[in-house]
Amino acid sequence: MRHSLLVRITHWLTAVSVAGLLVSGVAILIAHPRLYWGETGSFETASLVDLPLTLTYGHSGWGRYLHFLSAWVSVLTGAAYVVSGFFTRHFRRLMPASTDPAYNALQRATYLAVVFVLFPLMIITGLAMSPAVTSVVPWIATMFGGHQSARTVHFVAASAVTLFVIGHVTMVALAGFVERVRSMITGRETAQGHI
Amino acid sequence: MNPRITRRRLITTAVTAAAGVSGVGLAAGVASRYGLIPPDHQGLYGAGETLTYAAQRVLTSGHSLAREFDRSQISPVAPVNGDPPTVKSYQRDLDARFAEWRLPIDGLVARPAALSLADLKALPGRSQITLQACEEGWSFIAEWTGAPLSSVLEMVGVAPHAKYVFFFCYDDWFESIDMADALHPQTLIAYGMNGQDLPPEHGAPARLKLPRQLGYKNLKYLSRITVTDTVKGVGKGLGGGAPEVGYSWYAGI
Repeated sequence: MRHSLLVRITHWLTAVSVAGLLVSGVAILIAHPRLYWGETGSFETASLVDLPLTLTYGHSGWGRYLHFLSAWVSVLTGAAYVVSGFFTRHFRRLMPASTDPAYNALQRATYLAVVFVLFPLMIITGLAMSPAVTSVVPWIATMFGGHQSARTVHFVAASAVTLFVIGHVTMVALAGFVERVRSMITGRETAQGHI
Repeated sequence: MNPRITRRRLITTAVTAAAGVSGVGLAAGVASRYGLIPPDHQGLYGAGETLTYAAQRVLTSGHSLAREFDRSQISPVAPVNGDPPTVKSYQRDLDARFAEWRLPIDGLVARPAALSLADLKALPGRSQITLQACEEGWSFIAEWTGAPLSSVLEMVGVAPHAKYVFFFCYDDWFESIDMADALHPQTLIAYGMNGQDLPPEHGAPARLKLPRQLGYKNLKYLSRITVTDTVKGVGKGLGGGAPEVGYSWYAGI
């Protein structure tokens, strides 16, 4: 199966920006590797979970700069991908009723969940942590149970994205890493295998 | 491959690219015209900062209010970050219960003033129960009482071309905010916390409360306020101490 130029460009922009988001997300997280439920939480209160990460200060400055730069690239790329996906046949191939042989049922469900559930959840829980944004739309924080709950859901969703990336890269490796990566860059069809 | 699809894809791609390019051009034009570019706009990270600051300034242009909470939601313990200033002048003023403390307000103002704690308390006050989130990840809710910065600025008469309000601390740390935040009704020169005088560890005698931004912009131990139309000439010209050590100037995140 051949991917359009737009799908290939947005794929690699997403790959780079998600890598930036994950690395910088960890840089921010290690400044306080404890998760809470509700509006508030600190070392003075009980945590929901203490993550097995070493408390490390000094990385959240560049971490935040990189996180928001990557978030903008990711969101703008995602918007271009989703809008174009509705105008082309791209999403139709992923629908459960599709007879496209390129994807099996699990792949379809996974891709749709990542694009239409996980990424929107990442964005909305990210925005829910912004005191400026919630001054305009307070419900995006309260719908999760508060500022710290949104932070916890943001972490859980990011972990799911990480699992997807690991699964995706593993499947690419199983299908022939070099060949599949080349295909996703050049758009040239390969003999077999669809990721 | 169907040539019609190819053409359609080509057009879709071209339209998307054109929309992207003109979108960026339009945004840059609007940003420079309406002052939507933050002091730390340099470099690759600056592009992200500019997008965030500009988007949030447009989104919050109606003076939207930070969430306020119920008294029952006030955190039993308010965590403290950092110690009170070690400079002698701070200890001296603390021992005198800040009776000698004055807060000069100068720069682009018609009537520069030096306010005492009593002067601040004489202004119509405001109390608000808001959430303070530290950039590290922890947070707490407290009630803050103080004089709205807008009242103080009105009193001294801010020049119409003013763009930034700089805050300096006993220990020479400094930050600045834009006029949108300076004139925001929840922006306080706070002297009270949870019904008491502001304790030293939370910034006595007075601190900035800016609930639409992260904790590190809510400067403690205020010693001077200066109104300017530029960030140049103060420190490294990045608008505050935070950007000089690698943290963004705008922390509405």
